Amino acid sequence: MTLRFDSLLDSLGGTPLVGLPKLSPTADVRLWAKLEDRNPTGSVKDRPALWMIQRAEKDGVLTPGCTILEPTSGNTGISLAMAAKLKGYGLVCVMPENTSIERRQLLEMWGAEIIYSPAAGGSNEAVRRAKELAARNPDWVMLYQYGNEANALAHYETTGPEILADLPSITHFVAGLGTTGTLMGVGRYLREQVPGVQIVAAEPRYGELVYGLRNIDEGFVPELYDESVLTTRFSVPSRAALRRTRELLQQEGIFAGISTGGVLHAALGVAAKAVKAGQRADIAFIVADGGWKYLSTGAYGGTLDEAEARLEGQLWA
Amino acid sequence: MAIEVRIPTILRNLTDGEKTVEGKGATLDALFSDLDVRHPGLRDRLVDDKGLRRFVNIYLNDEDVRFLGGLETQVSDGDTVTVLPAVAGG
Repeated sequence: MTLRFDSLLDSLGGTPLVGLPKLSPTADVRLWAKLEDRNPTGSVKDRPALWMIQRAEKDGVLTPGCTILEPTSGNTGISLAMAAKLKGYGLVCVMPENTSIERRQLLEMWGAEIIYSPAAGGSNEAVRRAKELAARNPDWVMLYQYGNEANALAHYETTGPEILADLPSITHFVAGLGTTGTLMGVGRYLREQVPGVQIVAAEPRYGELVYGLRNIDEGFVPELYDESVLTTRFSVPSRAALRRTRELLQQEGIFAGISTGGVLHAALGVAAKAVKAGQRADIAFIVADGGWKYLSTGAYGGTLDEAEARLEGQLWA
Repeated sequence: MAIEVRIPTILRNLTDGEKTVEGKGATLDALFSDLDVRHPGLRDRLVDDKGLRRFVNIYLNDEDVRFLGGLETQVSDGDTVTVLPAVAGG
């Protein structure tokens, strides 16, 4: 493998898988972190963003000078903004107002235009707004990460094979559930290659504001989601995610975003279960991004109580 | 002891504004029927004739019950059931 690339975009993927010697419970039950912060804009979303753009270019939908539209709570928008800048597209992001300031700064830095959606309702509102805008601006191209097969395909073709190549003895894969693209893509690939592999989703449980829909029928399930790919799915409260984010930093030196703490929490639960059952396990999990974009949320300083209070009402994943 | 059920904001009109209610039953199905006696209409917001409603997620001790046994999932005293509307991430 060469580590020389023609451009930043060409350097996508090929991220390290690192062991967690201190947090792994036993020599037979081990945890492995896939460091997706080592991507061009620092998150796992670089993979689906580039795959969706390339697909749209191939299909002739996206042509020079086009404007891309996307509902995003941050990382996908940041990835799209960088790629759009390099490729000469415009980008309009519809983003909930309760996301960290760093995300806004990064989007603006790469030249994206941001349209805010109300905090109540979280990303559901952003999706609704973006669909309205798409209908009113037929010349804009909405890639729509929640329903775009290229999102899951990026992980099926790259993240999944990378993990298996580095960890042929894998027994469990754990990742965060948002668009569901990572879990669908990696999950399908691993299920084809590794009999009996378990695919585990960790879903962030936010403060009440985020679930402030007017009606339960306004709920949202991404079109990409296929329940049959998963073995199980956990809802991780923000306090547990914060606690694990700090443990990962203090015990293993990994400075990750808050959603990674949620994923680690589920991975540790899976690990404890394997220990109890006397089974060996090699558990790979996704570090979706580094902690840089969340410093302003106060997640890393003060007591857990303080950090939890500061995170209330924020979209932290 | 009983089973604690956490109710999301949008359904609290059915629980007199209570964030958590308590109920009993050996399965989720029985628990929801028990809750419906004191909070009429609650069951109907969670369950339709095909099972759990599409935009409702229910977790037993933080695990999604769709992967446990759906409405037939066994529950016992001391368990916590969390009801949440499905929201987007990403």
